[in-house]
Amino acid sequence: MVKQITIISGKGGSGKTTLTAAFTALAKNLVIVDADVDAADMHLLLHPQIRSSENFHGLNVAQKNDDICTDCGLCYDNCRYSSFDSDNTLHLEKCEGCAVCELVCPVGAIKMVQRVAGESYVSDTRFGKMVHAKMHPGEEATGKLVALVREKARKIAEKEENDLIIIDGPPGTGCTVIASITGVDLVLIVIEPTLSGIHDAKRMIEVARHFQVPTVACINKYDINEENTADIIEFCKAEGIGVIGKLAYDETATRAMMDEKTVVEFSVGQLAADIKDIWKKLEKELVIS
Amino acid sequence: MEMGRVMIMAEAAGINIEKMKRDTMKISVASGKGGTGKTTISVNLALSMDNAMLIDCDVEEPNCHLFFKEPMERVREIGIPIPRFDLEKCDRCGKCAEFCQYNAIAIIKNKLLFFEELCHGCGGCKIICPNDAVSETEHVLGIIEKGGMEEMELYHGLLKIGEPFGVPIIKAVKELASPDKNIIFDSPPGTACPAVEAMSDSDFVILVTEPTPFGLHDLKLAVDVVRNIGTPFGVVINRAGIGDNRVEIFCEEDGIPLLATIPNDLDIAKLYSKGIPIVEGIPEFKQEFIKIYDKIKEIVKTQGVE
Repeated sequence: MVKQITIISGKGGSGKTTLTAAFTALAKNLVIVDADVDAADMHLLLHPQIRSSENFHGLNVAQKNDDICTDCGLCYDNCRYSSFDSDNTLHLEKCEGCAVCELVCPVGAIKMVQRVAGESYVSDTRFGKMVHAKMHPGEEATGKLVALVREKARKIAEKEENDLIIIDGPPGTGCTVIASITGVDLVLIVIEPTLSGIHDAKRMIEVARHFQVPTVACINKYDINEENTADIIEFCKAEGIGVIGKLAYDETATRAMMDEKTVVEFSVGQLAADIKDIWKKLEKELVIS
Repeated sequence: MEMGRVMIMAEAAGINIEKMKRDTMKISVASGKGGTGKTTISVNLALSMDNAMLIDCDVEEPNCHLFFKEPMERVREIGIPIPRFDLEKCDRCGKCAEFCQYNAIAIIKNKLLFFEELCHGCGGCKIICPNDAVSETEHVLGIIEKGGMEEMELYHGLLKIGEPFGVPIIKAVKELASPDKNIIFDSPPGTACPAVEAMSDSDFVILVTEPTPFGLHDLKLAVDVVRNIGTPFGVVINRAGIGDNRVEIFCEEDGIPLLATIPNDLDIAKLYSKGIPIVEGIPEFKQEFIKIYDKIKEIVKTQGVE
C-alpha cells in the first residue's frame, strides 16, 4: 500500500517547501506532488523535466450571444455573483460557473462553455516522478486541480509500485488545503514560533482533526523566540500531537535555495543533520518498510 | 495644473472622477508567496498613516489582530443561502443533481444526498425543481470581527474550519471599508480567486516579496495578476540581504516602482514573533512607512492624470 504524507503550515513562508524538497531527496521510491498550485515553488529546487502535460478545465463559464439577447434582464435578476450589470453586460471575471443564467435565459442566448483554467504536468526529477500544476491567475476550482494532481500521483505510484507520495501543501485552510490533506496517512505541520505562526498552526490542527488525518508537528526557526517555542510544545502536548523535531534559524536554508538545491544536497551541516533526523522519525510514523 | 481642468481631461479620458475626488486611498497589500511580510507591511503602514482603517482579507489565516492588544469582537456571521429539500414534495427526479455544477447534490438509490460544504449558494436547484420542493436556509461560512484601536479600526473575516470557500466572507468584510478613510486590505497569499477578490477595486496594490528565487518566482506570478486587474502597483522587498539583487533587477527591467526595502534584521523578526508592530518597537521606522505612502500617492496621482 502506498503511503501519503502532506507537509503543511497554515501560515505561508514557514519553510514547508524547503523541508519538503529535502525530504524528497532523502526518501526512496517515491512520487512527489506540489499541491501549492497557485504559487508553486518546489520546481525551482527539483528542476523537473516535463514528460507530459494536460490542460485542466475548471468550471464552465457563461458565454453570451448579444445578437439573440432580448435584454429581458432575467440573467441580471438571478445571478448571485454580480456577473451581470443592470444593462445585462456579462463580467466574466465574476462568473462562478453556476449556470443559473443559462437556465433562466428564455431565448438561449447564454451557453456555458469550457475554459482552460490551468495545466498539470508529470515530470522526472533526480529523486523520482513529480506531479505538479500551474493554475491560471484568479481561477476558481483550485481544490479540484489539487485533487487531480493527487489522483495522478496515486495512479503512478500504484503502477510503478512506489512506497510513498510526498505532498508539498499550500498555505491557508480553504479548498486547496482540504484537497491536499484528505485521505493522507500523515500530516506534518511546520510551525514557526511567532504569534502568527502559532495562531495559524492551531487552526491547521483543527482542520486536520476535522478531516481525521493523523498529525505530527515540527518547529522551524525555534530560536527566534524560545518562549513561543515552549508554548508550542506545550499546546501540541495538550492536543496530543507529537513534536518530532525543531530546527534552528540557519542561513544554510536560504543559501541552498539560492543555489537551487535541497538543503541535504547543499550542506552536511547541523541543519541538514536535523532535517535527516526528522525524516527518520517521519518514516517510522509512516511505517515504510 | 488646476483641479477643474484636470477633472475635465480625466473625464474625457474615461477616468473615474469619484476616485479622483476622494483624497483617501484603498491600498491592497499582496504577494504570490506566503510569509513574505504582507501583514507586517499592512499593520505598520496603517499605523503610520492618518485616518486609516485596516481590513484583513486573509480569511483563512488572518493575523493582523495579533499586533493589537484589544481582543476582537464579533460583528456578525456571514453565510450563503443553501437549499432545504422538502422530501414529501421531492420525487427524486434528479434534475437538481444533474444541474448542480458543484456536485453538491446526488441521488443515490432513490435517496437525496446534499453536501453542504460544496454548495456555492447559486439557487439553481430551487429554480429547476419541478415540484417546488426546494426552499432556502442560511449556511454559515464564518464570521466578521472588529478590533484594532480607537483611532484605527481593524476588521477581519474568519472562515470556519472545514469550509473550503472564503470568497463571500472576503466580499462582506471589504464592504465595511469606510469611504472617508484610507483603507489597507491585507490580502491572502497566492494568485487564485481569494487573492484576486482581495486585490480588486483598490486604487493601488503593494506586492511584498523577498530577494530569493522563491520570492522572485512568485512575485512574477503576482505581477501578472495585478496587470490583469489593471491596478497601479509597486514592490516592497522584505528581508533585504538574505538573498541577492535579482528582484531589484527584475523591477528595474520591467519598469516596476520599488517602494521600499526592509532589511533582514533580527530585532524586526523578534518584534514580529511577539506581535509588536515595528513602528512601536523601533519608532524611527515610521518615517519609512510614511515614505511608502507618499510614493504611492505620487504614483496614483500621475497615473490618474495620464
